[in-house]
Amino acid sequence: MKKELILENDRKKIISMIKNFLFSLFRLIVIAGISYVILGPIIGIIANSFFSDADAYNPMVYLLPQSPTLERYRLAILRLDYWSTAGKTLLYSISLMAVQVLICSMVGYGFARYNFPLKKLLFACVVVMIVIPMHTIMLPIYVTFAKFDPLGLCTLFTGSSKNLLSTPVPMYIMTALGCGLRSGLYIYIFNQFFRGLPKEIEEAAFVDGASTWYTYFRIMLVNAIPSVITVAIFSMVWQYNDTFYSKLFLISPDIVISKKITSLQQTISNLDKVLDPTISQLYAYAGIILVILPILIVYIALQKYFIEGVERSGIVG
Amino acid sequence: MKKKKMSLTTKRSITGYVFILPWLAGFLIFYLRSLIMTANFSLSEITVAVGGGYDSKFVGLQNYLYAFRAHGSFKQVLTTSVGNMLIDVPLITFFSLLMAMLLNKKFKGRTLVRAIFFLPVIMNSAAITAAIDMSRQMLAGGLSASSAEMAGAASGVNVMYYVEMFSSLGLPSGVLDYIVAAVARINDIISASGVQIIIFIAALQSIPGSMYEVAKIEGATAYETFWKVTFPMVMPHIITNVVYTVVDNFANSEIVEMAYDTAFTEVNYGLSSAMSLVSTAIVCVILVIVCGFIQKRTFYYN
Repeated sequence: MKKELILENDRKKIISMIKNFLFSLFRLIVIAGISYVILGPIIGIIANSFFSDADAYNPMVYLLPQSPTLERYRLAILRLDYWSTAGKTLLYSISLMAVQVLICSMVGYGFARYNFPLKKLLFACVVVMIVIPMHTIMLPIYVTFAKFDPLGLCTLFTGSSKNLLSTPVPMYIMTALGCGLRSGLYIYIFNQFFRGLPKEIEEAAFVDGASTWYTYFRIMLVNAIPSVITVAIFSMVWQYNDTFYSKLFLISPDIVISKKITSLQQTISNLDKVLDPTISQLYAYAGIILVILPILIVYIALQKYFIEGVERSGIVG
Repeated sequence: MKKKKMSLTTKRSITGYVFILPWLAGFLIFYLRSLIMTANFSLSEITVAVGGGYDSKFVGLQNYLYAFRAHGSFKQVLTTSVGNMLIDVPLITFFSLLMAMLLNKKFKGRTLVRAIFFLPVIMNSAAITAAIDMSRQMLAGGLSASSAEMAGAASGVNVMYYVEMFSSLGLPSGVLDYIVAAVARINDIISASGVQIIIFIAALQSIPGSMYEVAKIEGATAYETFWKVTFPMVMPHIITNVVYTVVDNFANSEIVEMAYDTAFTEVNYGLSSAMSLVSTAIVCVILVIVCGFIQKRTFYYN
C-alpha cells in the first residue's frame, strides 16, 4: 500500500517535471521568435552601417561585411553635427523631462490627496486630455504660438505679438502648464500612485509641523521614486523621439536630432554627391545607430530600476 | 480689518487648487479653447493673410460635405484607418496579455527579455521606424520583396497555399481575412505592445498569491485558474490597455497624417479641422462603446 503511494507520487512528480519542461520549451521558442522579430532588423542596420560600397553590391555578403569601413559613421557624424546636436537634444529632452515630472507629480498629488469642488469633473478632463489626440487641436495651438500674446501683455510692452515658432519656447510653456507630450498619462500615473500611499505619512508630517510644501517635496516625492523614475524615462524617451511637436512648432533640427535624422540621407546625397540610393541608405543606417545610441545607454543604465519601478509605480492602481 | 478664519476644509481645497493650478490653466488655454477654435475652423473657410494672421469666413457645414462627398480619398483613408484599428486593438491586447503571462514567471534572463520587449518603445521615432522597415525587407531578401512575399520568404512557406486550403475547408472568409491580416502585421503588433506588456506584468504582480493557493487547493486546473482568477483580476487593466492602444494607434494612423498634410501642405485649415474632428469623434465613439462593453463585464476586486 505504502509502496504504491510512493510510486504514485513519483509518477506525479515526473509528469509535472515534463509539464514544466514543455512549458519552458514553449516559452523559449516564443521568446526567441519575438526577440528575433524585434532584434533582427536592428542587427541588420548595425551590420549594414559597416558595409563598404563593394559589400553593398556583393550578393554573397549577408550581414558580415567583407571589408568593414567606418566611413559611414565618419560622414554621418559630420553631417549630423553629431556631438553638438546630440548634446543639445539631450539637454532639451532632459530639461523638459524635469519640468514634466515636477508639474505632473504636483497635479497628480493634488488630485489624489485633496478634496475640492468640481474634482470629479476636472479629473474627467485629465482623461479627456489623454484620449483626445494632439492632432485635433494642433491648428489652434499653432496659431496661438505664431501670434503669442498672453492677455495682451506682449502688445503692451513691445507693441506687437511675438512669434514663438521655430524656438523651443512653446514646448516649455506647454509642458510647464501640464499640457506637454503625454502629460495627461503622467498625471494619471502619479494620481494612481499617490492614492496608493498610506495617509498616515502625511498625518505624521502634519503633526510634526511640516508645511504643505515641505511634506510634498521632502516626503511624498521621495516616497514616489518608482513613479518618478517611470515617468522620467517615458518622458525623456518620448521627448527624444518626438517629431510631431518639433514639426508643428518648427523647432530647428539642430536641437532635435530625431528631426535631423529624417533628412540625413537627403543631405548626404546632395552635399557629398552620393547619388546611389543603396549607398546613401547605408549612411542613413549609421545615422540611425548614432541617434539611438544615447537613449539606449540611458535605458540600459536605468532599465533595472525602470521595470521594477513600473511594477510599483501605480500604473496599476 | 479682521481676517476671516477659514475652516480646514476650505484651506485644504484651496491648497488642492494650488497644486493643480498649472494644469488647470494649461487645460483651459490649450485644450478647451483649442477645441472650440477647431470646431470654429471646421465651419469656416480660412484664408491666410499676409503677415501671418488669418481671416475666417463662416461657411456652415461646407467643409464636412466636401470631405465626405468630393474629397478624393478621405472616406477611403478613414475606413482603412478605423478598420486597421479594429483589427489591431484586440490582437495587441491579447498578445500583450499572453506575453506578460510568459514573462511574469521567474526564469533566467528575464530582465534581458523584458528589456528586449520594451526596445520598440524606445525606438519609435519616424525615421528609425522607416529604417527598421527597410532593414527588415533587406533581411528577407532584397528591397523589392513586398510584405506578403517577405512572410513567405522568411518562413519558407507559401502563405497563399494555406489561405486557399483553409477557404476550401469552409472557413468563413471574414475570419480568414482577419487571420491573414493579423499575420501580415505581426511586426506592427509586436512593436506596438511594449507599454501594454509592462502594464499587464504589473497587473499580474498585483494579484495576491493567496488566490492562486486557494485555486490550487480546490483542485483547479491551470486553464480554470486562468479564466477564474487571472483573467478577472487583470480585467480592469484591460480597459487601461485598450484605451492606450486605441489612442496610440489613432495617433499614428493615416487619417491623422492626412489631416496634417491638408493643413500644412495644402494650407486648407478648415478642411483639415473638419477631418480631425470627424476622426476624433469616431474614435471617441469607439472608445465609449468598447469601454462600456468591457466595464459591464469587469469585476472589481475592491
